[in-house]
Amino acid sequence: MASFKPTKIQVYPKLGEKVTQDTLYWKNYKAPVQIKEFGAITSIDFSPVAPHNFAVTAFTRIHIYGPFSQEPVKTLTRFKDTAYCGRFRSDGQLLVAGCEDSVVRLFDVSGKAALRMFRGHTKAVHVTDFTSDRYQILTGSDDYTCRLWDIPNATELNSYREHTDYVRCGVTSKLNRDLFITGSYDHTLKLFDARADKSVMTMDHGQPVESLLLYPSEGLLVSAGGRHVKVWDLLKGGQPLVSMKNHHKTVTCLCLSSNGQRLLSASLDRHVKVYNTTNYKVVHNFDYAASILSLALAPNDESIVAGMTNSILSIKHRKSPEESAEVSGQQRRTPSYRVFVKGKNYAPKQDDYLVSKPVKQHLAKYDKQLRTFNVSNSLDTALTWTRLRKPEITVAVIKELDRRGTLKNALAGRDEQWLARLLNFLIGNLVDPRFAAVLAPAAEMILDVYRRVVGQSPLVDRQLLRLQELLEREIDYQQDLLEVLGMLDTLFASSLPRLEVPHPGTSRCFYWASCNYTF
Amino acid sequence: MVEHGDIRVVHRGGSKINSREPVVTNDSRFLLCASGERVKVFSTSTEECVHDLRGHTDLVTGVLLRPTNHLQVYSCSVDGTVRLWDFTDGILIKVQLDYCSVCVTCSWLMFDIVCMCVCAELFQLVAVHLPQSGDQLVEAQELSAVLSNVSSNPAATGFGRGVRAPPLRSPNAPPGAITYPKTDSPHLLTTQRKGGKNTLMCIACHPKDDCIATGHEDGKIRLWRNFNHKKEYTYTTLHWHHNAVSSLRFTPEGTNLLSGGLESVLVQWRYNQESERDFLPRLGSAITHIAVSPDGTLFCTSHSDNKITIIQSCVKVSAVIQGLVNGESVRTDLMVDPRSKSLVLNGKPGHLQFYSLQRDKLLYNLDIVQQEYIHELGLQQFEVVKVAFDAPGNWMATVEERKPKAAEPEINLKLWAFDEQTQSFVLNTTVSAPHEAQITSMCFSQAADGQTSMLVSASEDGHFKAWQLPRSAYEGPSWSCDFVGDYRGLAPQCCCFSADGSLLAVSFQEVVTVWSPASWELLTTLSQPPKAIRDLCFGRLGCSKYLMGTTASNLLCCWNLLTCSLEWSTSMDVSLLLSDPLTENMAAFCCQAESTDLFVFKPSEPRPVASLKAVCSGKVTRAVFAPREEMLESCEESSQWLNRSQLYFLTQHMLFIDDSVAMTPFYLLLGKHRKQENQDSLTRLSAELMPLPRGSLAIKELLQSPAHVLPSTSVLCSMFVESLLVSVADGSEESKHAEEEMESEKEEEDSEGEMESRTPRPEPASPGLQSAESAAPALTKAQLKELRRVKKLDHGWLADLLLS
Repeated sequence: MASFKPTKIQVYPKLGEKVTQDTLYWKNYKAPVQIKEFGAITSIDFSPVAPHNFAVTAFTRIHIYGPFSQEPVKTLTRFKDTAYCGRFRSDGQLLVAGCEDSVVRLFDVSGKAALRMFRGHTKAVHVTDFTSDRYQILTGSDDYTCRLWDIPNATELNSYREHTDYVRCGVTSKLNRDLFITGSYDHTLKLFDARADKSVMTMDHGQPVESLLLYPSEGLLVSAGGRHVKVWDLLKGGQPLVSMKNHHKTVTCLCLSSNGQRLLSASLDRHVKVYNTTNYKVVHNFDYAASILSLALAPNDESIVAGMTNSILSIKHRKSPEESAEVSGQQRRTPSYRVFVKGKNYAPKQDDYLVSKPVKQHLAKYDKQLRTFNVSNSLDTALTWTRLRKPEITVAVIKELDRRGTLKNALAGRDEQWLARLLNFLIGNLVDPRFAAVLAPAAEMILDVYRRVVGQSPLVDRQLLRLQELLEREIDYQQDLLEVLGMLDTLFASSLPRLEVPHPGTSRCFYWASCNYTF
Repeated sequence: MVEHGDIRVVHRGGSKINSREPVVTNDSRFLLCASGERVKVFSTSTEECVHDLRGHTDLVTGVLLRPTNHLQVYSCSVDGTVRLWDFTDGILIKVQLDYCSVCVTCSWLMFDIVCMCVCAELFQLVAVHLPQSGDQLVEAQELSAVLSNVSSNPAATGFGRGVRAPPLRSPNAPPGAITYPKTDSPHLLTTQRKGGKNTLMCIACHPKDDCIATGHEDGKIRLWRNFNHKKEYTYTTLHWHHNAVSSLRFTPEGTNLLSGGLESVLVQWRYNQESERDFLPRLGSAITHIAVSPDGTLFCTSHSDNKITIIQSCVKVSAVIQGLVNGESVRTDLMVDPRSKSLVLNGKPGHLQFYSLQRDKLLYNLDIVQQEYIHELGLQQFEVVKVAFDAPGNWMATVEERKPKAAEPEINLKLWAFDEQTQSFVLNTTVSAPHEAQITSMCFSQAADGQTSMLVSASEDGHFKAWQLPRSAYEGPSWSCDFVGDYRGLAPQCCCFSADGSLLAVSFQEVVTVWSPASWELLTTLSQPPKAIRDLCFGRLGCSKYLMGTTASNLLCCWNLLTCSLEWSTSMDVSLLLSDPLTENMAAFCCQAESTDLFVFKPSEPRPVASLKAVCSGKVTRAVFAPREEMLESCEESSQWLNRSQLYFLTQHMLFIDDSVAMTPFYLLLGKHRKQENQDSLTRLSAELMPLPRGSLAIKELLQSPAHVLPSTSVLCSMFVESLLVSVADGSEESKHAEEEMESEKEEEDSEGEMESRTPRPEPASPGLQSAESAAPALTKAQLKELRRVKKLDHGWLADLLLS
């Protein structure tokens, strides 16, 4: 006696991302902690020394958060106007920040008042950074200049007036105390040497430059501006290496993962893209709720911090190995499973007489009902699966009923509520090309069965009208697609020298049988 | 055909074991069932075939245990004999000859009277008293007709067991009536007619009570009681089956009634408590017969898929005896699994069966569709329509198809990987809707070394697609579409890879396109109008530069792919063309009026290596070359092609095999001589067609054969002299014949320039000549020319006749 073969649930190809090592790595973060700041968060900087606090610049304040605290451990509020670009020094002791009022302030991390105030810029200062010898400060301002300041004396060392628009980003070399690079809204990147009075290298990005990043080896420079992220080879005299255009709005921030293998870019389009730095392909993608202005990664990628225009700071901490193991472990530790495995690991001894027990076949509820030919009930059961977001199961049961020739029986004789539920399901899934082949005949059958009673229930009528509208739209859409396909075929046919060989790319994957309904 | 005595066509297996109900012996150890011309004895515990009782010359129609000796069994057959066997030893004890002119269609036994349903023109129920005599061959004399006009359905006749209960049966017409022949005059009792669908299907008598159960077409079972009392009967209706009840049986004690039908559920009804039922569901396929062992411990059900299930007291299935499933039609081609060397074809619905040819035993059924089979009439089910194996047997591709009414067909392409651990195929990839219309042909790339397999499927939607297994994939390899090709919007019919996998030939109606699978470039097109290509086949080994094709306009073409030109062609109505994977040989089946001829040839030469006329009656639907386990060492030229493989073919009804047996040339010559004597008058009509080759043939044979194998000169002399004579034209020749001649002449002129091969046209009146011709060794070119010249001469002469 053969056992009942359960209904085959079709596995549809997943259209989303594939599971790779990268997705596993970048998904292994906890649910984000969200903190409301006072204004748009323009800059986030991690302290280079443990415990790796980070400074968040938002509106007129800089908050310093501890690695796990959700309250700021320190707040710097001595700004007259919007603060910009709070940066830690490499020893983590000092912090510099620019301001809308053109004054650059230097703070001691443990103190409150500014240690030094650097005045000289005439407009808002958006860029501040320490040089690698820790005694000088680089600033860039909206007055088109960038300047070098001496910390002990609080004097201006040099001023560079080469940019022709706002200077909005800049980095200092970590290896050479004299080198720094600035990017400006005049589309150029300039490499300066403090020993010379003018720039030594100029690169044209093509768009207003928003962010700059130097690789740890400092051979490569990454710039972001407009929708483009570009990589430049500094050792080859600023030769452009790669240009990436993966965002559909301006890229605002760049950062590098701790091992230097992945590059992250954040954009106003609310996405963070992760690139592989060997081939510069996007390997992962994060979504955020609002446009991202700043992004930072903690050392060892322990947490991802993103600041957004809606003044929300989102902190995602990496799951500890125990935690990620615990999730699967918890499911396994349910009592039913323990009962299930009881005695399974018992190894029989030599003289033991083995009594075999028939293996009970476990069937889903709809399968049990199908086995006993309860077609209506099985359809009811299958419809409950829609609540679990599994339309595949409902569709598989409908298909099975259709194969058995009993779909009409199962659909007939239902009340208004049930019919409304089924129509809801159809409206949700009918135009899905994966299910259309099964659901279109079912929808036709419903219309056949309930044609007489159309007009008696306002609820059902409304849904039928919606269904009709949906189908009309879909038919128009398909028609358009077919037209496009025809155009493409013509293009391919004219571009190919041999008429007999069609291009392999012209498979008709958009097509599904357009169904015409008459109400 | 005596000339081809060295090559025999043997019926190999696949006979039905479910045609009649099986019989369980008294000790429940053996099960006997009629299987084609034999009676097979199976062991009920091990499912093995213990004995094969051979002797009948036609289909066995009934098997009965002898009541007086429970170790003996009677069998009756369409050949008109009843035989008595000892089934434990498998010995024929006695033959009883009955009518020689009529067929026994089924039989029942009461004491030593065999009652049988015989058919002369009408079906008739006849009682035969078997004489008690010690002779081997006895003629039964005591015959008495019991009833005439009986139903041809054996299940619709039943016998009561009680002393007073006489035989019962139902006539063919009117439906729904039971005849009750208590006395000499049959008595009709008409049941109530409801809707007219209550045709009687089967009948069973209670062994003790006065009760008869009848099964009807509407699925109802009626229990008739008090039947012996005229007009006072009552009946109750039991209804569970939703289709016709095909079999009914009471258990020996009469406590239970078993019924079965299309639903493939064995239903056990309690006698007198009919509301209590037991079910044994999902027995596989429709139940055709039910048998119960005499002690009531075993039930046997025969199923429509050539299967007998042995059930222990309606609780569990203890054994399954499965024959070759011979469904309505073998939609898949015959295939040979390269690993197990077993034959693969459609089995149970939705399954493929792997059938061992050596042991005539089903190895296993592979579930392709993997869906619950719903037993219901008129329901469109998934059917496996195409199967392909790759050369090492690592991959199998199947296509299943379902055609719902008024909807697009559902097609699934499945790819199966061979699993070394379980030694069977495991599903790897399912492609739903690989094409928009029916798939016409499918083949794997044949590169034997190739790690990268490629599958090509051609469909009526005008495309052919190449499927490939991508090398690097994250979670296991799975197949995906590599290329979609078409040619002028025509529908591809056949596709075929060359032996090294470097060329792919796809036929689009009358055009053959040749593609390179490496670059998917259309290399060349070949065509031979006017009709569409029917079959395509690449040559193997030394002949791999040739591409063979048959067209619907009865043309067999051979293209040379190096010159891209037609090498030769011949006019012949080839219904099936296939190539032997191990040799260069190809086999072509030619279907003529009633019988099928077989030609074996090499693509390099247009003359056949061997030809067999009238291999079998009826059309050969499928055929396959199966490799032999060990190579034969045959030096006979005409049978060498069978050295490495055997040819199996499937006619409408059975599976045959071409086998070769060793025979001396002496026998060959004598046999031919005898044949010619018999058919002298028949050869005359067409003798003038080819006088010369025939003469030269006989001379050649005589001169070339070694002297010690020749018969005496006196025997040969007349034949020799006769062969030298040019026979006189038949004056009464009809003009129609002449017309035929002209037509054939014209055809020959058309194909002039190409090498002319012997054209096997139907020559209905001359089997003798035909056979002589086919036995002829190759004709030389000079001879052919000579023949053509003579033919042309003939033609003019015939035209003269026509004018006069």
